[in-house]
Amino acid sequence: MQKVVSPEHLFFEAPREQVFITGSEAVREAVRRANVDMAISYPITPQSESMHLVGDIFKEGYIREYFRGENEFAVMSAVAGASMGGVRVFTATGGPGTLRAFELFSTWSGARLPIVCAFMTRGVNSPLTIQPDTIEMSYLLDTGMIMLHAENAQDLYDYLLKAFPIAEQTEVHIPVGVFADGFFVTHTRENVKVAPVDIKLPPYNAYSAPVPVMDMENVPFRQMRDPFVMKSNYVSYAAHASWQQEVMAAAERARPSISSYLGGLLEVENADADILIITSGTAVSIAREAVAQAKQEGLNVGLVKIKCIRPFPTEEIRALTKNAKAVIVPEFNRVGWLAKEIKSIIPDNDKVVGAPRVFGGMTMPTQSILAEIRRCQA
Amino acid sequence: MTKNILKMSPAFADIIPAEYRELVDNGPYGRDVGVAELGTFKELLEEHPLCAGCGLALALRIFLASLPAPEDTIVVGSTGCSSLVFPQAAVQNIHSLFGNQNSVASGLKRALKLRFPDKDKDVIVVAGDGATADIGLDMVMHSWFRRENITTIMLDNEAYANTGGQESGMSQQGTVLYMAPKGKNFPKISMPELAREAGCVYVAVGTPAQPRKLEKMLKRAIILARHVGPTYVQIMTPCPTNYKFKNNETVNRLKGLEKDGVFKPREYITAEAQEALNRLEEVSK
Repeated sequence: MQKVVSPEHLFFEAPREQVFITGSEAVREAVRRANVDMAISYPITPQSESMHLVGDIFKEGYIREYFRGENEFAVMSAVAGASMGGVRVFTATGGPGTLRAFELFSTWSGARLPIVCAFMTRGVNSPLTIQPDTIEMSYLLDTGMIMLHAENAQDLYDYLLKAFPIAEQTEVHIPVGVFADGFFVTHTRENVKVAPVDIKLPPYNAYSAPVPVMDMENVPFRQMRDPFVMKSNYVSYAAHASWQQEVMAAAERARPSISSYLGGLLEVENADADILIITSGTAVSIAREAVAQAKQEGLNVGLVKIKCIRPFPTEEIRALTKNAKAVIVPEFNRVGWLAKEIKSIIPDNDKVVGAPRVFGGMTMPTQSILAEIRRCQA
Repeated sequence: MTKNILKMSPAFADIIPAEYRELVDNGPYGRDVGVAELGTFKELLEEHPLCAGCGLALALRIFLASLPAPEDTIVVGSTGCSSLVFPQAAVQNIHSLFGNQNSVASGLKRALKLRFPDKDKDVIVVAGDGATADIGLDMVMHSWFRRENITTIMLDNEAYANTGGQESGMSQQGTVLYMAPKGKNFPKISMPELAREAGCVYVAVGTPAQPRKLEKMLKRAIILARHVGPTYVQIMTPCPTNYKFKNNETVNRLKGLEKDGVFKPREYITAEAQEALNRLEEVSK
């Protein structure tokens, strides 16, 4: 019922229809066109609805297999097993679910599994919260997965669809996490442009994997899925070390495709301004409004939207911030992981202002960003 | 898997390792060989790093000889002594994490059903007692609740042997082990009965001291998992290293445990599975 088209046609050439949908519905629309073989679900606020909707399209025949697992650790394990078996898989989680499943994420990267997972970010205990917060992204920075951060439902739709061909290249073949700020994106409605429903991505080719597919259709002799290098000798240590470096190199090799599909790892408005705001996720939308208000006050402020957190746009940010007098990094978390990332890559990093930081579920008032702009201007 | 995949290029045949050549020429793929034929064909297991006298080693040798279709078998393992064997075995194997084996197997089996709808790909979980009854228990049982078409095999040495001999849920009550300095204070978990209640259509408790009987149990479990539902085989595999008995006494110890009533071989089968078994065993006669 759906025609297979090239990723380029699906992303850039096919006519797009505008629909007024939530972020969760944007997940459904992306997965509907992604030629997904199997999706495995487990409920957690604010992610649950997206996987209900993926269940709906399973019932409609857009996905071949779907079930609810028993917890996030189990779901991420089952997704790994399915991916090793050579099918395209999708799942989603967020916040405490991410932490419950945590051991799997580095395993996915190490096992070179091109799993696409949506993370609807949420605060973590204690105290108990179900509110938006991006702190889990801080924990995931060094798991080896590619991390894309959506600003809105349009990004979520686009990044999810594009994540599959990025992840599945032989020279990459590592997981892609697509992050969207819970509630702000998942539960709000906006105009999203989507491709026609009757086209989809080409199917996953199991043998594009740079490691053996676990189907007993290739030579099986002494062939574990991953090198079993727990022996205490130099060869084991060297094998493990080089394997880890290869996972990092795989993420580096994803840069060109991320760049061409997403139009760069970051996007910039008014790059020459003395004051730059650099952020990701929904904080970009709020910062954009703050920049507009600052302009009315006669303040010249630039805005950098980081789309890809891993691999990090290091060179791009170094170049952009070279002449800036101040860099403001608003974030929806307590620890300021993005400010830390930026501080770690530029020489004169005392000009980085890690503020405002909003967490616990509050929205970020544009005034809080404006206040930082005025302080930097003074 | 077609045997064509195994074929060696004649130009390279003389530099192919001997054990590979033997597997190609005289391996068990696509052949009706089993425990009775051990010694007449090239076994899937090539050396192994387990301790002398290890109950697992014997059980795994029998297990690998019992596979009804080694050419279409994928073993999902877990952390522990058993995982040390599979890098040396000529079946594909996944070692993911400690305890998640039945979840990995669930995803894998469903993926292979999608990709090979007309072919039986046997997904078999082989893990220790710690992986199965302790850290992975919820995932083991949920795979049974969901009626996944997989076989779960526990190699029960009644301890965490690979980490030095700690108490597991499968240790006997009263046994003094690491982390149970005053002796284990609760009984051995009744996994076979849990399996029966959780949806396994066939459950067997066996011993490598009776290889032919164990082979029959394993074959039944694997075939029934294809056609009917989840199956469970628990194999008693004593550990000379941590239980401090002589490594030439493993089989005698197994026989002794059975004689003393400490170890009780048993089988449970649902009516549906029995019917399927009668039909399948009739066909194979």
